[in-house]
Amino acid sequence: MKELILVIVGAALVNNIILSQFQGLCPFLGVSKKTDTAAGMGAAVIFVITLASFVTSIIYKLVLVPLDITYLQTIAFILVIAALVQFVEMFLKKSMPSLYQALGVFLPLITTNCAVLGAALTNVQKEYNILFSVFNGLGTAIGFTLAIVLLASIRESIEDNDIPVNFKGSPIVLITSGLMAIAFMGFAGLI
Amino acid sequence: MMGLLLAAGVIGAIGIIIGVLLGVASEKFKVEVDEREILVRAELPGNNCGGCGFPGCDGLANAIAAGTAPVSGCPVGGPVVAEKIAAIMGVESGGAVKKVAFVKCKGTCDKTRVQYNYFGMDDCRKVSVVPGGGEKACVYGCMGYGSCVKACEFDAIHVVDGVAVVDKEKCVACGKCVQACPNHLIELVPYDAKHLVQCSSHDKGKDVKAKCDAGCIGCTLCTKQCEFDAIHMDNNVAVIDYEKCTNCGKCAQKCPVKVIL
Repeated sequence: MKELILVIVGAALVNNIILSQFQGLCPFLGVSKKTDTAAGMGAAVIFVITLASFVTSIIYKLVLVPLDITYLQTIAFILVIAALVQFVEMFLKKSMPSLYQALGVFLPLITTNCAVLGAALTNVQKEYNILFSVFNGLGTAIGFTLAIVLLASIRESIEDNDIPVNFKGSPIVLITSGLMAIAFMGFAGLI
Repeated sequence: MMGLLLAAGVIGAIGIIIGVLLGVASEKFKVEVDEREILVRAELPGNNCGGCGFPGCDGLANAIAAGTAPVSGCPVGGPVVAEKIAAIMGVESGGAVKKVAFVKCKGTCDKTRVQYNYFGMDDCRKVSVVPGGGEKACVYGCMGYGSCVKACEFDAIHVVDGVAVVDKEKCVACGKCVQACPNHLIELVPYDAKHLVQCSSHDKGKDVKAKCDAGCIGCTLCTKQCEFDAIHMDNNVAVIDYEKCTNCGKCAQKCPVKVIL
């Protein structure tokens, strides 16, 4: 139990997928203009990464390892994740239309989100079993949501600031996220 | 060689299994979508400007297909799109009129007098709460700080000589500027309307004269000229009823201050 919590905290804060591993930067910069859309994206990512960690680790443990073809993990994982997102989209559209509406375009966007693949590959690299993989995925996704919501709220509050012309738009966002990454380095000694 | 075949076989098998599963799932989780909704959505402009009051073109298409929005609901597409959608829905379009935004003020820098010098934030909504409503003497008129210009996504409205002017050809009547103007100066008028009152001042004639050379003084001459009962006084400013107006132009000829276009 204690180890599971450590895995979540480690994935969410210490090895934050965005701010210390620099994966999934496209949605981080692209979908962080408003806090509520950022939170929607975060929710979708939590959902998909947790599920994808589970499925990819099953594929790895039950198919790739027994056949001794673990070098195919990347391509197999991409295949599985893309199909999974498609399936989840169909399922939500049918059974939970309101959630489908709320997640909107973010759900298909996640197919190409490298954070999902990153989490799946980290599970393999750290040799987690299936349970630990799911929790690591959950922690990673929580870290993603945390970072994107924080950035979105910072962006909202600096929107009306008197930013020098050269820094308006993307540059100030990149500087902001750089400073956030430095701040997250403070978690390095936590575990 | 064995490894090669094994790799191709495994990935191929995973692909085929996933393909079959997704195919089955897509049948199983099929959602009935109104076919007309897709057709309607295809006809809409796709700017997602929100001028119709729905969240984007998909929202409007959904509402039209459900029958809760009129077929002429898209102000951007105008009558052309309304006709096509009416054909899809199998109803009459009801003769939607193409509209454009129009700024009901002509108080340019040389016409309207200045009551003080204003140095501050250049945004109409902020200037409108300053005592006196900005540097121009008339509190009803265009302040010229361009909140409407910022609101326009189609580059159709610009501040010229201190007053916002709409480019009739570029305007799609989405209504964003109408909402942006704190003085409620902008109105959607028929594209064909030739005669428009370019003033919104509710001041008495004498006060208007003191503040602006281009203001309606409320003399009511135009209302007496109109043969079609299309122009009326509303609290000291002439207002044209575009449904009744026949563009005869008699009101414009008689206007002593030439405030009617």
